[in-house]
Amino acid sequence: MSDAVNQFLFGWYPYLCIAIFLFGSLARFDREQYTWRSGSSQLLRRKQLSWGSNLFHVGILIIFVGHFVGLLTPIAVFDAMGISHGFKQMMAIVVGGIAGIACFIGLTLLVHRRLFDSRIRKNSSFGDIAVLLLLYVQLILGLATIPISLQHLDGGEMIRFMTWAQGIVTLQPGMASLIADANPVFKLHLFLGMTIFLVFPFTRLVHIWSAPIWYLGRRGYQVVRTREQSGPYGGMGHTGQLPPRQPGERPVPAE
Amino acid sequence: MKIRAQVAMVLNLDKCIGCHTCSVTCKNVWTSREGMEYAWFNNVETKPGIGYPKEWENQDRWNGGWRRKRNGTIEPRIGSKWRVLANIFANPDLPEIDDYYEPFTFDYQHLQKAPELQATPTARPRSLVSGKRIEKIEWGPNWEEILGGEFSKRSADVNFEGVQKEIYGQFENTFMMYLPRLCEHCLNPACVAACPSGAIYKREEDGIVLIDQDKCRGWRMCVSGCPYKKIYYNWSSGKSEKCIFCFPRIEAGQPTVCSETCVGRIRYLGVVLYDADRIEEAASAADEQDLYEAQLSIFLDPNDPEVIAQARADGVPDNWLESAANSPVWKMAMDWKVAFPLHPEYRTLPMVWYVPPLSPINSAVEAGKLGSDGEMPDVRSLRIPLKYLANLLTAGKEEPVALALERMFAMRAYMRAKTVDGVVDASIPEKVGLSAEQMDHMYEVMAIANYEDRFVIPTAHRELTEDAYDLRGSCGFSFGNGCSGGTSEPNLFGPQKKHKTPLEVA
Repeated sequence: MSDAVNQFLFGWYPYLCIAIFLFGSLARFDREQYTWRSGSSQLLRRKQLSWGSNLFHVGILIIFVGHFVGLLTPIAVFDAMGISHGFKQMMAIVVGGIAGIACFIGLTLLVHRRLFDSRIRKNSSFGDIAVLLLLYVQLILGLATIPISLQHLDGGEMIRFMTWAQGIVTLQPGMASLIADANPVFKLHLFLGMTIFLVFPFTRLVHIWSAPIWYLGRRGYQVVRTREQSGPYGGMGHTGQLPPRQPGERPVPAE
Repeated sequence: MKIRAQVAMVLNLDKCIGCHTCSVTCKNVWTSREGMEYAWFNNVETKPGIGYPKEWENQDRWNGGWRRKRNGTIEPRIGSKWRVLANIFANPDLPEIDDYYEPFTFDYQHLQKAPELQATPTARPRSLVSGKRIEKIEWGPNWEEILGGEFSKRSADVNFEGVQKEIYGQFENTFMMYLPRLCEHCLNPACVAACPSGAIYKREEDGIVLIDQDKCRGWRMCVSGCPYKKIYYNWSSGKSEKCIFCFPRIEAGQPTVCSETCVGRIRYLGVVLYDADRIEEAASAADEQDLYEAQLSIFLDPNDPEVIAQARADGVPDNWLESAANSPVWKMAMDWKVAFPLHPEYRTLPMVWYVPPLSPINSAVEAGKLGSDGEMPDVRSLRIPLKYLANLLTAGKEEPVALALERMFAMRAYMRAKTVDGVVDASIPEKVGLSAEQMDHMYEVMAIANYEDRFVIPTAHRELTEDAYDLRGSCGFSFGNGCSGGTSEPNLFGPQKKHKTPLEVA
């Protein structure tokens, strides 16, 4: 891989992906609330979904948290906690491996269901199928890195990826060179991972932003809306709120 | 005390003829769209039967409604908030579309386009979901119409609990009634409680329960939470939808489409006042059989000056108070007590009430005993078992339903004496605890059922919170973003699927 390509893929491409991920999500949240949903197909076919969806989601959540914490926590923190690099890498391999296999089984069920169940297939958009296959390939690549990692258990390779990821999010220049001589499987895994962020706002993945953890904090159970809250359309299809106005104040027409 | 008003409904099952006009007009207005073909905001079931979706009343299977915990508080039967979130990836309590029915159409085009054949061409069914041919339609929106199907299947109806149901499988003993169903717009809605996004809400001013289509994320917990299975997941848009009580019509003082078009004039709409602070207390009653009375106890007399003063203080407009005083729902459900909530044991405090149907006397011997002197037939010998009605309407408590049936019989006897014999026999209403004036009025409202007696709906006061200046030129009721309709193509964020005819799908 030439230096220029390497520089593009691991020096610039991450920023393109992060920018589109953030601003795209924001734009869609602002403009297209009606399309913002999880896109569940459980109503159409229950079969394979209970196992498939649970295994996939639990697995991928563990993997996501593992990547997030593992890559972005400064290595000094682990050093201070007395966790050796080799041990950290082994942890990542074991936990990630188990979660990855669970996720793989789940995703296999989901892919099978999506492609071969006529009800689901006919009602899948290009994006639904594409994002599922993208995740599938990415997961297989991730699992394929395990045997490669097992060949060097000192944690050195891992530290390089950590340095790169932390360098990218802290806007350090020249990070791409760290990746230059990594194994191609890692490179492909990194590239696809960034691509998932790139396509994120244009797919059903946006439902991740809406993970309803706030539900746990809701006081009581009931939701009652007064007219002032529900807006001119009774809350149906339009969420615009009218600004509070003093009695007798002349309304300013919206542009 | 915090007084709120709600537009509630009463359905007089004694007059329902099962014509499905309500269902069809509702569908034509609200759910004739891709993703919602299988959904009937209003449907009419023949009882006894397992209904739509299959066995919706069997909460051991679907876990709808509320459960009272040992410490006396209530939580949705599908589980605490933690458990709801734990099930979010795959909801174990969600019906599949086959539990409703797989929506289908027919190859009508084939009738016109078929080449010359030896046999007459036929229009065969095709799935609206997959576009594939359905060889045999196994279930439909009204499969049990007029006792269709075997008794052994229909008798899975949970309202048979405590009834010797075997004898009702015999032709001579069989019975049936119609049950039109729509969203109950509950005071304590389980769908609202189950929604992790907080997208479902009850409107303070008229009690209508709505789903904010923009905020719904399709977690589909509401479908499970609702014990009446009156929330439908739109498989095309990925959002849940439900009966909206035709709120644009209600706001304008018009009845809902199902009520307006009801041929039998069985539907009534009116305002009731209730104490919002006592909802939880009423829904938490220890004994299920007390739930009906507990719910009744939170409604407030619209003629009581103290109630009127407090309601004004709580922001209920004057025209709403006038309507409440004249409300047919108040009269039938709370004053005469002839209308009941559907399955109060779900603890949702439903606001669509039902007048139980009368039925013929079961045995000819007892029928012969009936004198024309206004003697009341024993409501326990009616063809529809009293226990069955009680299981449907009062969590199995028979006395309130028996009294309601007696009052309706008394009304007939009283009016027969009055119009046939020319005698006003005040002793008849007294026997059932009503005055002659009340009975005259009951006759007026329930038997004559004039339009203005059935629908007493105040117009909404939008002018109090909105400025027409802001609304000019806006698009009113729309899906999507204001006037864009959300249907512009191409769309960066996943275009709306084109409406497909089944043959295009295939």
